Amino acid sequence: MKKRKMYFRMITASLLRRRSRMVIALLAISIGAMILSGLLTIYYDVPRQMRAQFRNYGANMIFTATGDSIIPEDVDKAAALIPSDKLVGMAPYRYDTVRINDRPVMAAATDMKGAEKTSPFWKVDGDWPAQSGEIMVGKNVAETYNLKPGKRVTCTFAPEKEEEKGPAAEAGENQGGTDKAAEATTEEEVVLDNYIDFTVTGILDTGGKEENYVYMNLQDMEELTGKETVYDICELSVSANAKELETIADQITESVDGINARLVKRVTQSETTVLNKLQALVLLVTVIVLALTMICVATTMTAVVAERRKEIGLRKALGASNKSIVEEFMGEGLVLGAVGGLLGSILGFVFAQVVSMNVFNSSITLMPWLVPLTVIASVLVTGLACLIPIRSAVDVDPALVLKGE
Amino acid sequence: MSLLELKNVSKIYGSLHALDHVNIKVEKGEWLAIMGPSGSGKSTMMNIIGALDKATEGEILLDGVDIAKKSASALTDIRRDKIGLIFQQFHLVSYLTAVENVMLAQYYHSVPDEKEALEALDRAGLSERAHHYPSQLSGGEQQRVCVARALINYPEIILADEPTGNLDEANEEIVVELFRKLHEDGTTLIVVTHNPEVAEVAQRTIVLRNGKVDHETINENFTGKIKHITLQ
Repeated sequence: MKKRKMYFRMITASLLRRRSRMVIALLAISIGAMILSGLLTIYYDVPRQMRAQFRNYGANMIFTATGDSIIPEDVDKAAALIPSDKLVGMAPYRYDTVRINDRPVMAAATDMKGAEKTSPFWKVDGDWPAQSGEIMVGKNVAETYNLKPGKRVTCTFAPEKEEEKGPAAEAGENQGGTDKAAEATTEEEVVLDNYIDFTVTGILDTGGKEENYVYMNLQDMEELTGKETVYDICELSVSANAKELETIADQITESVDGINARLVKRVTQSETTVLNKLQALVLLVTVIVLALTMICVATTMTAVVAERRKEIGLRKALGASNKSIVEEFMGEGLVLGAVGGLLGSILGFVFAQVVSMNVFNSSITLMPWLVPLTVIASVLVTGLACLIPIRSAVDVDPALVLKGE
Repeated sequence: MSLLELKNVSKIYGSLHALDHVNIKVEKGEWLAIMGPSGSGKSTMMNIIGALDKATEGEILLDGVDIAKKSASALTDIRRDKIGLIFQQFHLVSYLTAVENVMLAQYYHSVPDEKEALEALDRAGLSERAHHYPSQLSGGEQQRVCVARALINYPEIILADEPTGNLDEANEEIVVELFRKLHEDGTTLIVVTHNPEVAEVAQRTIVLRNGKVDHETINENFTGKIKHITLQ
């Protein structure tokens, strides 16, 4: 039999036939490895999870016009520069003043489906407008005009005078459609106010300035104002970290002439701050758990050495060198560390999954490289924890312990 | 040249002289018994001869080499290569089988050889118990495993400290018989005992008292066989 075979035979026999004490050490290592593996999984997965959560706080990127307004083609070009898996939603906005009961109200026209994604925190009493002729009104507007979901409201828009009209407005008028004419009172000109009868689908409650607006589809705005669709602003929700967002914004600003892409600092900065703090907390907890594991293993191994003083003395009496004693006890520790690490990395994934499901309500992705990393970390921690007990094993005086002193 | 020679060996603990200028010679192949009351220095002498402890002063010549001033590491090598130890309390590794316990001595000495270990156990009459754990063996069987372990590396000296102290008469006879066979094979035996019956089996007996050699006797009728005294 080779020496190595006998070495492993002794180590496995010691671990397997002296179960009670070793189970405690193995449990300590497994729990430590489980927390390590679980927290590392969360550490690497939490930015993804948190970014998804942060998307609930609204747009984190805005396109503004470098000139008077943004043309839709530029928005399409810019959107093409954002990886599709990172673009959560995009809502271009066009603002104009319309009248309700002859009083001016700010109207915002947008892509409602995109707005729902970029402003998920908006609370709507009723529904979002789904088709032409539907409108969502801000809470303040609703109170002023006593509007409720299902009620009808007429929005009018006074077109500019002939000399002020642009070609777009003319085009809009020429299309006819639902535009209605109102009689003018002056002799030299006939001014027709455009109007649309809208059905109120929902009341918008945000606690902010949005409550003073009415929201309609872009086609309705084009029809009402008679102006060709251009955008004043475009809000985007992009699932990426601050650095990636900056890269994307810079690329868009450089590549698309009509657009200046900017980040919403309060969102991206708070996102980065929270993520950094959370990751620091996870790291801190991991370090503390590893330290506790080390203390637990060191305590257990110290007790093991104390229990086995006679055996150590016997080995020394039979001619075991200090190196042999170190190799044997370290071998036991490292096997425990490896087995505990392997067990812990499996349990850690389960632990991370449970945490993720409860906190973020989404499953976590398995990172296979965490298994060897956890095993190596457990082996290192156990090895370090064994140093002091092994030192006391080496110091055993065979003459004393074999006499029972 | 004697195999082992102690010259003016003393072991002093504070003001206590556990051994006080002891002079002993042991020839190769000799069977020596060391006797004495408790505290006479038997165990101290056993530890010093067994390279488990160092003398405070004096020379200990083993095969002509003074081991008294050797380092701890050198003493480990001497224990491994030249001495086979047998203890009163057996000291077997509880989680290893009988044969594995024998192989443990081989492991530290050279290369473990299960066949050879089984043969050693066979010599001790334990071939059928080779794969039993110490807890499954009787006291006598455990001590016979210890004898097999002590002789497996063919040491120059087998040093037994109270080898029959925990055994009944039947097992005592078996162990002494094993010693006799070892002696016949030319092994040098030093047996520390307080049992006169075991001491009388040896060729020569040294009696220690207060750390000094009190006297020594030669067994003129040496047979190597134990004679139990029956109390009338």
